Amino acid sequence: MQGVLAFLGGIGAGLFAILSAAGQVALFALSALWHTVRPPFYPRLLGRQMLEIGYFSLPVVALTAIFSGMVLALQSYTGFARFSAEGAVATVVVLSITRELGPVLAGLMVAGRIGAAIAAEIGTMRVTDQIDALTTLSTNPMKYLVVPRLVAATVVLPMLVIVADILGVMGGFIVGVFKLEFNAGAYMTRTWEYLKFEDVFSGLVKAAVFGFVIALMGCFQGYHSKGGAQGVGAATTNAVVSASILILVFNYVITELFFAR
Amino acid sequence: MTEADARPPKIRIRGLSKAFGQKVVLDGLDLDVPAGSSLVVIGGSGSGKSVLIKCILGLIEADAGTIEIDGRNVLAMRARERESVNEHIGMLFQGAALFDSLPVWENVCFGLIAKRRLARREAKPRAVEILAQVGLGPEVAELSPSELSGGMQKRVALARAIAARPDIIFFDEPTTGLDPIMGAIIDALIVEQVERLGATAFSITHDMASAQRIADTVAMIHKGSIIWKGPASEIRNSGNPYVDQFVRGSTEGPIQMEVRR
Repeated sequence: MQGVLAFLGGIGAGLFAILSAAGQVALFALSALWHTVRPPFYPRLLGRQMLEIGYFSLPVVALTAIFSGMVLALQSYTGFARFSAEGAVATVVVLSITRELGPVLAGLMVAGRIGAAIAAEIGTMRVTDQIDALTTLSTNPMKYLVVPRLVAATVVLPMLVIVADILGVMGGFIVGVFKLEFNAGAYMTRTWEYLKFEDVFSGLVKAAVFGFVIALMGCFQGYHSKGGAQGVGAATTNAVVSASILILVFNYVITELFFAR
Repeated sequence: MTEADARPPKIRIRGLSKAFGQKVVLDGLDLDVPAGSSLVVIGGSGSGKSVLIKCILGLIEADAGTIEIDGRNVLAMRARERESVNEHIGMLFQGAALFDSLPVWENVCFGLIAKRRLARREAKPRAVEILAQVGLGPEVAELSPSELSGGMQKRVALARAIAARPDIIFFDEPTTGLDPIMGAIIDALIVEQVERLGATAFSITHDMASAQRIADTVAMIHKGSIIWKGPASEIRNSGNPYVDQFVRGSTEGPIQMEVRR
Protein backbone atom coordinates (compact mmCIF):
# COMPACT_ATOMS: atom_id res chain seq x y z
CA MET A 1 0.00 0.00 0.00
CA GLN A 2 2.85 2.34 0.93
CA GLY A 3 4.48 1.68 -2.43
CA VAL A 4 1.28 2.48 -4.34
CA LEU A 5 0.83 5.72 -2.38
CA ALA A 6 4.44 6.71 -3.03
CA PHE A 7 3.98 5.94 -6.74
CA LEU A 8 0.79 8.02 -6.95
CA GLY A 9 2.42 10.76 -4.90
CA GLY A 10 5.29 10.87 -7.38
CA ILE A 11 2.88 11.21 -10.30
CA GLY A 12 0.99 13.97 -8.46
CA ALA A 13 4.18 15.85 -7.63
CA GLY A 14 5.33 15.62 -11.25
CA LEU A 15 1.97 16.85 -12.54
CA PHE A 16 1.98 19.67 -10.02
CA ALA A 17 5.49 20.70 -11.11
CA ILE A 18 4.46 20.74 -14.78
CA LEU A 19 1.34 22.82 -14.07
CA SER A 20 3.31 25.18 -11.86
CA ALA A 21 5.96 25.70 -14.57
CA ALA A 22 3.23 26.25 -17.20
CA GLY A 23 1.60 28.82 -14.94
CA GLN A 24 4.88 30.65 -14.42
CA VAL A 25 5.55 30.75 -18.16
CA ALA A 26 2.00 32.01 -18.80
CA LEU A 27 2.36 34.78 -16.19
CA PHE A 28 5.76 35.74 -17.61
CA ALA A 29 4.25 35.90 -21.12
CA LEU A 30 1.33 38.04 -19.92
CA SER A 31 3.70 40.39 -18.12
CA ALA A 32 5.85 40.66 -21.26
CA LEU A 33 2.80 41.39 -23.43
CA TRP A 34 1.64 44.05 -20.97
CA HIS A 35 5.04 45.74 -21.12
CA THR A 36 5.03 45.52 -24.94
CA VAL A 37 2.26 48.11 -25.19
CA ARG A 38 3.45 50.37 -22.36
CA PRO A 39 6.22 52.96 -22.79
CA PRO A 40 9.14 53.43 -22.64
CA PHE A 41 10.01 51.65 -25.89
CA TYR A 42 13.52 50.83 -27.04
CA PRO A 43 13.56 50.98 -30.88
CA ARG A 44 17.36 50.81 -31.01
CA LEU A 45 17.35 47.53 -29.07
CA LEU A 46 14.50 46.21 -31.21
CA GLY A 47 16.50 46.95 -34.36
CA ARG A 48 19.58 45.25 -32.93
CA GLN A 49 17.57 42.15 -32.02
CA MET A 50 15.90 42.02 -35.44
CA LEU A 51 19.34 42.08 -37.01
CA GLU A 52 20.65 39.41 -34.65
CA ILE A 53 17.65 37.08 -34.92
CA GLY A 54 16.79 37.71 -38.56
CA TYR A 55 19.79 38.70 -40.63
CA PHE A 56 22.34 36.53 -38.84
CA SER A 57 20.03 33.49 -38.97
CA LEU A 58 19.64 33.75 -42.74
CA PRO A 59 22.53 31.42 -43.69
CA VAL A 60 21.46 28.59 -41.41
CA VAL A 61 17.78 28.88 -42.39
CA ALA A 62 18.64 29.17 -46.11
CA LEU A 63 20.85 26.10 -46.12
CA THR A 64 18.29 24.08 -44.17
CA ALA A 65 15.47 25.09 -46.55
CA ILE A 66 17.31 24.52 -49.80
CA PHE A 67 18.53 21.03 -48.86
CA SER A 68 15.13 20.10 -47.44
CA GLY A 69 13.50 21.09 -50.73
CA MET A 70 16.07 19.07 -52.65
CA VAL A 71 15.69 15.92 -50.59
CA LEU A 72 11.92 16.27 -50.58
CA ALA A 73 11.85 16.34 -54.40
CA LEU A 74 14.13 13.33 -54.54
CA GLN A 75 12.18 11.27 -52.00
CA SER A 76 8.74 12.13 -53.32
CA TYR A 77 9.87 11.26 -56.84
CA THR A 78 11.06 7.79 -55.80
CA GLY A 79 7.79 7.24 -53.93
CA PHE A 80 5.42 8.59 -56.57
CA ALA A 81 7.24 6.79 -59.39
CA ARG A 82 5.93 3.51 -57.94
CA PHE A 83 2.41 4.43 -59.01
CA SER A 84 3.25 6.71 -61.94
CA ALA A 85 2.42 9.97 -60.15
CA GLU A 86 5.76 11.70 -60.74
CA GLY A 87 3.91 14.81 -61.91
CA ALA A 88 2.81 15.52 -58.34
CA VAL A 89 6.37 16.11 -57.14
CA ALA A 90 6.32 19.88 -57.63
CA THR A 91 2.96 20.21 -55.85
CA VAL A 92 4.07 18.04 -52.92
CA VAL A 93 7.28 20.01 -52.57
CA VAL A 94 5.63 23.43 -52.50
CA LEU A 95 2.81 22.37 -50.16
CA SER A 96 5.18 20.57 -47.77
CA ILE A 97 7.59 23.47 -47.70
CA THR A 98 5.08 26.29 -47.24
CA ARG A 99 2.77 24.50 -44.82
CA GLU A 100 5.18 22.50 -42.70
CA LEU A 101 8.86 22.24 -43.44
CA GLY A 102 9.58 25.92 -43.98
CA PRO A 103 8.19 27.16 -40.66
CA VAL A 104 9.05 24.07 -38.58
CA LEU A 105 12.64 23.68 -39.77
CA ALA A 106 13.28 27.43 -39.61
CA GLY A 107 11.74 27.46 -36.13
CA LEU A 108 13.87 24.57 -34.90
CA MET A 109 17.06 26.03 -36.36
CA VAL A 110 16.35 29.46 -34.86
CA ALA A 111 15.44 27.81 -31.53
CA GLY A 112 18.89 26.22 -31.48
CA ARG A 113 20.70 29.37 -32.50
CA ILE A 114 18.71 32.19 -30.93
CA GLY A 115 16.84 30.50 -28.06
CA ALA A 116 20.15 29.30 -26.66
CA ALA A 117 21.83 32.68 -27.15
CA ILE A 118 18.97 34.56 -25.45
CA ALA A 119 18.92 32.21 -22.46
CA ALA A 120 22.71 32.34 -22.09
CA GLU A 121 22.88 36.13 -22.34
CA ILE A 122 20.00 36.89 -19.98
CA GLY A 123 21.03 34.05 -17.66
CA THR A 124 24.55 35.44 -17.37
CA MET A 125 23.10 38.88 -16.70
CA ARG A 126 20.97 37.35 -13.93
CA VAL A 127 23.79 35.54 -12.14
CA THR A 128 26.16 38.53 -12.41
CA ASP A 129 23.59 40.99 -10.95
CA GLN A 130 23.27 42.91 -14.24
CA ILE A 131 19.48 42.51 -14.18
CA ASP A 132 19.39 43.90 -10.63
CA ALA A 133 21.63 46.74 -11.85
CA LEU A 134 19.03 47.56 -14.52
CA THR A 135 16.36 47.83 -11.84
CA THR A 136 18.49 50.13 -9.69
CA LEU A 137 19.01 52.31 -12.78
CA SER A 138 15.22 52.74 -13.03
CA THR A 139 15.06 50.52 -16.09
CA ASN A 140 12.47 47.76 -16.18
CA PRO A 141 14.27 44.55 -17.24
CA MET A 142 11.11 43.20 -18.86
CA LYS A 143 10.89 46.23 -21.13
CA TYR A 144 14.64 46.46 -21.77
CA LEU A 145 15.56 42.80 -22.17
CA VAL A 146 12.45 40.73 -22.84
CA VAL A 147 10.15 42.91 -24.98
CA PRO A 148 12.67 43.73 -27.77
CA ARG A 149 13.57 40.04 -28.14
CA LEU A 150 9.94 38.89 -28.14
CA VAL A 151 8.81 41.47 -30.67
CA ALA A 152 11.87 40.99 -32.89
CA ALA A 153 11.53 37.20 -32.99
CA THR A 154 7.77 37.37 -33.65
CA VAL A 155 8.21 39.83 -36.52
CA VAL A 156 11.36 38.42 -38.05
CA LEU A 157 10.60 34.70 -38.13
CA PRO A 158 7.82 35.06 -40.77
CA MET A 159 10.32 36.98 -42.91
CA LEU A 160 12.81 34.16 -42.52
CA VAL A 161 10.13 31.66 -43.46
CA ILE A 162 9.31 33.58 -46.66
CA VAL A 163 12.99 33.20 -47.59
CA ALA A 164 12.90 29.53 -46.53
CA ASP A 165 9.78 28.92 -48.66
CA ILE A 166 11.38 30.45 -51.75
CA LEU A 167 14.68 28.61 -51.29
CA GLY A 168 12.97 25.32 -50.41
CA VAL A 169 10.91 25.44 -53.61
CA MET A 170 14.05 26.41 -55.49
CA GLY A 171 15.85 23.38 -54.04
CA GLY A 172 13.06 21.14 -55.29
CA PHE A 173 13.20 22.87 -58.66
CA ILE A 174 16.96 22.29 -58.99
CA VAL A 175 16.64 18.58 -58.27
CA GLY A 176 13.46 18.25 -60.36
CA VAL A 177 14.89 19.96 -63.45
CA PHE A 178 18.59 19.12 -63.35
CA LYS A 179 18.50 15.62 -61.86
CA LEU A 180 15.01 14.21 -62.49
CA GLU A 181 14.78 15.93 -65.89
CA PHE A 182 11.40 17.62 -65.44
CA ASN A 183 10.60 20.42 -67.87
CA ALA A 184 11.35 23.69 -66.06
CA GLY A 185 8.20 25.45 -67.23
CA ALA A 186 5.98 22.47 -66.41
CA TYR A 187 7.58 22.16 -62.95
CA MET A 188 6.86 25.81 -62.16
CA THR A 189 3.31 25.54 -63.52
CA ARG A 190 2.69 22.54 -61.25
CA THR A 191 4.20 24.47 -58.36
CA TRP A 192 1.79 27.38 -58.72
CA GLU A 193 -1.24 25.38 -59.87
CA TYR A 194 -2.37 23.98 -56.55
CA LEU A 195 -0.77 26.51 -54.19
CA LYS A 196 -3.34 28.57 -52.26
CA PHE A 197 -2.97 31.71 -50.20
CA GLU A 198 -3.81 29.86 -46.98
CA ASP A 199 -0.92 27.41 -47.55
CA VAL A 200 1.58 30.25 -47.33
CA PHE A 201 -0.38 32.25 -44.78
CA SER A 202 -0.71 29.33 -42.34
CA GLY A 203 3.07 28.88 -42.53
CA LEU A 204 3.63 32.53 -41.72
CA VAL A 205 1.22 32.40 -38.78
CA LYS A 206 3.12 29.36 -37.51
CA ALA A 207 6.39 31.24 -37.94
CA ALA A 208 5.14 34.20 -35.89
CA VAL A 209 3.95 31.87 -33.10
CA PHE A 210 7.23 29.92 -33.20
CA GLY A 211 9.22 33.17 -33.03
CA PHE A 212 7.25 34.24 -29.97
CA VAL A 213 7.72 30.83 -28.33
CA ILE A 214 11.48 30.73 -29.02
CA ALA A 215 12.08 34.18 -27.54
CA LEU A 216 9.67 33.56 -24.66
CA MET A 217 11.36 30.34 -23.57
CA GLY A 218 14.84 31.84 -23.99
CA CYS A 219 13.92 34.89 -21.94
CA PHE A 220 11.99 32.92 -19.30
CA GLN A 221 14.74 30.36 -18.72
CA GLY A 222 17.47 33.01 -18.70
CA TYR A 223 15.52 35.37 -16.45
CA HIS A 224 14.99 32.65 -13.84
CA SER A 225 18.41 31.04 -14.02
CA LYS A 226 20.42 30.73 -10.82
CA GLY A 227 23.45 28.97 -9.48
CA GLY A 228 26.26 30.41 -11.60
CA ALA A 229 27.67 28.86 -14.74
CA GLN A 230 25.91 25.54 -14.19
CA GLY A 231 22.55 27.32 -13.84
CA VAL A 232 23.13 29.28 -17.05
CA GLY A 233 24.03 26.05 -18.85
CA ALA A 234 20.85 24.39 -17.60
CA ALA A 235 18.78 27.43 -18.61
CA THR A 236 20.25 27.31 -22.12
CA THR A 237 19.47 23.61 -22.51
CA ASN A 238 15.96 24.03 -21.12
CA ALA A 239 15.29 26.98 -23.44
CA VAL A 240 16.17 25.00 -26.57
CA VAL A 241 14.42 21.79 -25.51
CA SER A 242 11.22 23.49 -24.32
CA ALA A 243 11.05 25.77 -27.38
CA SER A 244 11.58 22.81 -29.72
CA ILE A 245 8.84 20.78 -28.07
CA LEU A 246 6.45 23.73 -28.03
CA ILE A 247 7.15 24.38 -31.73
CA LEU A 248 6.05 20.83 -32.56
CA VAL A 249 2.98 21.11 -30.30
CA PHE A 250 1.88 24.47 -31.72
CA ASN A 251 2.59 23.21 -35.23
CA TYR A 252 -0.06 20.56 -34.75
CA VAL A 253 -2.52 22.96 -33.09
CA ILE A 254 -2.22 25.59 -35.85
CA THR A 255 -2.44 22.94 -38.58
CA GLU A 256 -5.62 21.67 -36.94
CA LEU A 257 -7.04 25.20 -36.81
CA PHE A 258 -6.31 25.94 -40.47
CA PHE A 259 -6.87 22.65 -42.23
CA ALA A 260 -9.07 20.39 -40.11
CA ARG A 261 -12.26 19.54 -41.98
CA MET B 1 23.90 58.55 20.09
CA THR B 2 26.15 59.90 17.37
CA GLU B 3 26.07 63.37 15.87
CA ALA B 4 24.63 61.86 12.69
CA ASP B 5 21.76 60.27 14.64
CA ALA B 6 20.43 63.72 15.48
CA ARG B 7 19.61 64.33 11.80
CA PRO B 8 16.26 63.23 10.29
CA PRO B 9 16.45 59.71 8.87
CA LYS B 10 16.87 59.43 5.12
CA ILE B 11 16.10 55.73 5.39
CA ARG B 12 13.95 54.36 8.21
CA ILE B 13 13.42 50.62 8.52
CA ARG B 14 10.96 49.11 10.96
CA GLY B 15 10.15 45.46 11.65
CA LEU B 16 11.67 44.24 8.38
CA SER B 17 11.30 40.50 8.01
CA LYS B 18 12.20 38.10 5.26
CA ALA B 19 12.33 34.32 5.21
CA PHE B 20 13.18 31.86 2.47
CA GLY B 21 11.09 28.81 3.31
CA GLN B 22 11.88 27.87 6.91
CA LYS B 23 15.06 29.98 6.98
CA VAL B 24 14.49 33.37 8.60
CA VAL B 25 17.02 35.84 7.17
CA LEU B 26 15.68 39.17 8.45
CA ASP B 27 13.86 39.05 11.75
CA GLY B 28 11.98 42.27 12.51
CA LEU B 29 14.98 44.47 11.76
CA ASP B 30 14.92 48.17 12.78
CA LEU B 31 17.45 50.67 11.45
CA ASP B 32 17.69 54.42 10.79
CA VAL B 33 20.14 56.01 8.37
CA PRO B 34 20.41 59.77 9.02
CA ALA B 35 20.49 62.05 5.97
CA GLY B 36 24.00 62.85 4.79
CA SER B 37 25.63 60.16 6.92
CA SER B 38 27.58 57.09 5.96
CA LEU B 39 26.33 53.93 7.62
CA VAL B 40 28.11 50.63 7.23
CA VAL B 41 26.39 47.38 8.16
CA ILE B 42 28.86 44.68 9.13
CA GLY B 43 28.14 41.03 9.71
CA GLY B 44 29.26 37.55 8.87
CA SER B 45 28.40 35.53 5.80
CA GLY B 46 24.73 34.57 5.83
CA SER B 47 23.82 37.16 8.47
CA GLY B 48 21.33 38.90 6.13
CA LYS B 49 23.37 41.88 4.88
CA SER B 50 22.78 41.29 1.19
CA VAL B 51 19.10 40.49 1.68
CA LEU B 52 18.73 43.73 3.67
CA ILE B 53 20.23 45.87 0.90
CA LYS B 54 18.17 44.03 -1.76
CA CYS B 55 14.98 44.61 0.21
CA ILE B 56 15.71 48.33 0.46
CA LEU B 57 16.40 48.51 -3.28
CA GLY B 58 13.22 46.58 -4.11
CA LEU B 59 15.12 43.65 -5.63
CA ILE B 60 13.64 41.24 -3.08
CA GLU B 61 10.12 41.51 -1.71
CA ALA B 62 10.06 41.72 2.09
CA ASP B 63 7.57 39.59 4.04
CA ALA B 64 6.72 42.27 6.62
CA GLY B 65 7.77 45.68 7.89
CA THR B 66 8.26 49.12 6.40
CA ILE B 67 11.12 50.86 4.60
CA GLU B 68 10.72 54.60 4.41
CA ILE B 69 12.88 56.73 2.14
CA ASP B 70 12.35 60.44 2.76
CA GLY B 71 9.32 59.51 4.86
CA ARG B 72 7.57 57.45 2.15
CA ASN B 73 7.13 53.70 2.54
CA VAL B 74 8.68 52.26 -0.61
CA LEU B 75 7.27 48.79 0.07
CA ALA B 76 3.74 50.11 -0.49
CA MET B 77 4.59 51.87 -3.76
CA ARG B 78 3.52 50.83 -7.24
CA ALA B 79 6.25 49.87 -9.71
CA ARG B 80 6.33 53.24 -11.51
CA GLU B 81 6.47 55.18 -8.26
CA ARG B 82 9.26 52.90 -7.09
CA GLU B 83 11.19 53.52 -10.32
CA SER B 84 11.01 57.26 -9.70
CA VAL B 85 12.45 56.73 -6.20
CA ASN B 86 15.27 54.65 -7.72
CA GLU B 87 16.18 57.60 -9.94
CA HIS B 88 17.62 59.23 -6.82
CA ILE B 89 19.55 56.13 -5.80
CA GLY B 90 22.94 54.84 -6.93
CA MET B 91 24.21 51.34 -6.35
CA LEU B 92 27.66 49.77 -6.54
CA PHE B 93 27.37 45.99 -6.78
CA GLN B 94 29.84 43.56 -5.26
CA GLY B 95 30.86 42.19 -8.66
CA ALA B 96 30.50 45.62 -10.34
CA ALA B 97 27.61 44.22 -12.52
CA LEU B 98 28.66 46.26 -15.54
CA PHE B 99 26.68 45.57 -18.73
CA ASP B 100 29.18 43.61 -20.78
CA SER B 101 27.33 44.24 -24.04
CA LEU B 102 27.98 47.99 -23.72
CA PRO B 103 31.20 50.03 -23.74
CA VAL B 104 32.31 51.73 -20.54
CA TRP B 105 30.95 55.17 -21.49
CA GLU B 106 27.47 53.73 -22.09
CA ASN B 107 27.63 51.88 -18.80
CA VAL B 108 28.48 55.08 -16.96
CA CYS B 109 25.68 57.11 -18.53
CA PHE B 110 23.18 54.25 -18.78
CA GLY B 111 20.72 55.67 -16.27
CA LEU B 112 20.89 59.16 -17.76
CA ILE B 113 20.31 57.87 -21.31
CA ALA B 114 17.56 55.45 -20.25
CA LYS B 115 15.64 58.23 -18.52
CA ARG B 116 16.28 60.57 -21.46
CA ARG B 117 17.99 63.07 -19.20
CA LEU B 118 20.93 63.02 -21.59
CA ALA B 119 21.09 62.58 -25.38
CA ARG B 120 23.37 59.77 -26.59
CA ARG B 121 25.62 62.21 -28.48
CA GLU B 122 26.19 64.16 -25.24
CA ALA B 123 26.66 61.07 -23.12
CA LYS B 124 30.21 60.19 -24.09
CA PRO B 125 31.85 63.50 -23.09
CA ARG B 126 29.80 63.42 -19.89
CA ALA B 127 30.98 59.86 -19.18
CA VAL B 128 34.60 60.94 -19.69
CA GLU B 129 34.08 63.73 -17.10
CA ILE B 130 32.62 61.28 -14.58
CA LEU B 131 35.36 58.73 -15.24
CA ALA B 132 37.91 61.44 -14.46
CA GLN B 133 36.25 61.91 -11.05
CA VAL B 134 37.05 58.28 -10.22
CA GLY B 135 40.59 58.53 -11.55
CA LEU B 136 40.14 56.93 -14.97
CA GLY B 137 41.38 58.41 -18.23
CA PRO B 138 39.34 59.06 -21.39
CA GLU B 139 40.88 56.03 -23.13
CA VAL B 140 38.87 53.77 -20.81
CA ALA B 141 35.56 55.08 -22.16
CA GLU B 142 35.69 53.04 -25.36
CA LEU B 143 36.77 49.79 -23.71
CA SER B 144 34.49 46.87 -22.96
CA PRO B 145 34.06 45.94 -19.26
CA SER B 146 35.77 42.59 -19.92
CA GLU B 147 38.94 44.47 -20.87
CA LEU B 148 39.19 46.09 -17.42
CA SER B 149 40.91 44.85 -14.26
CA GLY B 150 38.83 44.24 -11.12
CA GLY B 151 39.83 47.59 -9.61
CA MET B 152 38.99 49.46 -12.80
CA GLN B 153 35.63 47.70 -13.01
CA LYS B 154 34.83 48.84 -9.46
CA ARG B 155 35.78 52.41 -10.38
CA VAL B 156 33.57 52.31 -13.49
CA ALA B 157 30.76 50.88 -11.34
CA LEU B 158 31.29 53.77 -8.89
CA ALA B 159 31.20 56.21 -11.81
CA ARG B 160 27.88 54.67 -12.91
CA ALA B 161 26.53 54.87 -9.36
CA ILE B 162 27.29 58.60 -9.05
CA ALA B 163 26.48 59.63 -12.65
CA ALA B 164 22.92 60.74 -11.90
CA ARG B 165 24.03 62.65 -8.77
CA PRO B 166 21.97 60.43 -6.44
CA ASP B 167 20.78 61.34 -2.95
CA ILE B 168 21.52 57.87 -1.62
CA ILE B 169 24.31 55.53 -2.68
CA PHE B 170 24.43 51.85 -1.73
CA PHE B 171 27.70 49.94 -1.67
CA ASP B 172 27.63 46.15 -1.59
CA GLU B 173 31.00 44.82 -0.40
CA PRO B 174 32.89 47.56 -2.28
CA THR B 175 36.37 46.14 -1.61
CA THR B 176 35.72 42.42 -1.99
CA GLY B 177 38.15 40.79 -4.41
CA LEU B 178 40.54 43.74 -4.45
CA ASP B 179 44.07 43.91 -3.08
CA PRO B 180 44.49 46.07 0.08
CA ILE B 181 45.93 49.04 -1.82
CA MET B 182 43.19 49.06 -4.45
CA GLY B 183 40.65 48.55 -1.67
CA ALA B 184 41.96 51.67 0.08
CA ILE B 185 41.82 53.62 -3.19
CA ILE B 186 38.20 52.58 -3.78
CA ASP B 187 37.31 53.52 -0.19
CA ALA B 188 38.93 56.94 -0.60
CA LEU B 189 36.99 57.49 -3.83
CA ILE B 190 33.76 56.48 -2.11
CA VAL B 191 34.33 58.94 0.74
CA GLU B 192 35.31 61.71 -1.68
CA GLN B 193 32.33 61.22 -3.99
CA VAL B 194 29.79 60.82 -1.19
CA GLU B 195 31.03 64.07 0.41
CA ARG B 196 31.07 65.88 -2.95
CA LEU B 197 27.46 64.89 -3.66
CA GLY B 198 26.30 65.40 -0.08
CA ALA B 199 24.68 61.98 -0.40
CA THR B 200 23.64 59.45 2.21
CA ALA B 201 25.76 56.30 1.99
CA PHE B 202 24.61 52.82 2.98
CA SER B 203 27.23 50.09 2.75
CA ILE B 204 27.50 46.46 3.69
CA THR B 205 30.81 44.77 4.18
CA HIS B 206 32.75 42.28 6.26
CA ASP B 207 36.03 44.12 5.58
CA MET B 208 36.70 45.93 8.88
CA ALA B 209 39.43 48.15 7.45
CA SER B 210 37.06 49.30 4.72
CA ALA B 211 34.23 49.83 7.22
CA GLN B 212 36.38 52.10 9.36
CA ARG B 213 37.52 54.12 6.38
CA ILE B 214 34.08 54.86 4.92
CA ALA B 215 31.70 54.82 7.92
CA ASP B 216 30.43 57.53 10.24
CA THR B 217 28.30 54.91 11.94
CA VAL B 218 28.62 51.16 12.03
CA ALA B 219 25.78 48.72 12.70
CA MET B 220 26.24 45.01 13.20
CA ILE B 221 23.70 42.52 11.90
CA HIS B 222 23.49 39.04 13.38
CA LYS B 223 20.78 36.46 12.67
CA GLY B 224 18.63 39.01 10.87
CA SER B 225 18.63 41.74 13.55
CA ILE B 226 20.78 44.77 14.32
CA ILE B 227 22.57 43.88 17.55
CA TRP B 228 24.81 46.94 17.89
CA LYS B 229 25.07 50.40 16.39
CA GLY B 230 27.56 53.14 17.19
CA PRO B 231 30.20 55.54 15.89
CA ALA B 232 32.86 53.98 13.66
CA SER B 233 35.52 55.25 16.08
CA GLU B 234 34.07 53.06 18.86
CA ILE B 235 33.94 49.84 16.91
CA ARG B 236 37.03 48.40 18.65
CA ASN B 237 35.70 49.36 22.09
CA SER B 238 32.04 48.54 21.62
CA GLY B 239 31.66 46.43 24.74
CA ASN B 240 29.49 44.07 22.70
CA PRO B 241 30.87 40.49 22.67
CA TYR B 242 29.49 39.81 19.19
CA VAL B 243 31.10 42.94 17.74
CA ASP B 244 34.35 42.25 19.61
CA GLN B 245 34.55 38.73 18.23
CA PHE B 246 33.76 39.90 14.71
CA VAL B 247 36.30 42.73 14.82
CA ARG B 248 39.00 40.42 16.19
CA GLY B 249 38.09 37.70 13.69
CA SER B 250 38.19 35.21 16.55
CA THR B 251 36.68 31.73 16.44
CA GLU B 252 36.01 31.97 20.21
CA GLY B 253 32.93 33.90 21.25
CA PRO B 254 29.14 34.03 21.02
CA ILE B 255 29.05 33.83 17.20
CA GLN B 256 29.05 30.18 16.24
CA MET B 257 29.62 29.55 12.55
CA GLU B 258 27.99 26.46 11.07
CA VAL B 259 31.16 24.60 10.14
CA ARG B 260 31.37 20.83 9.91
CA ARG B 261 34.70 19.33 10.84
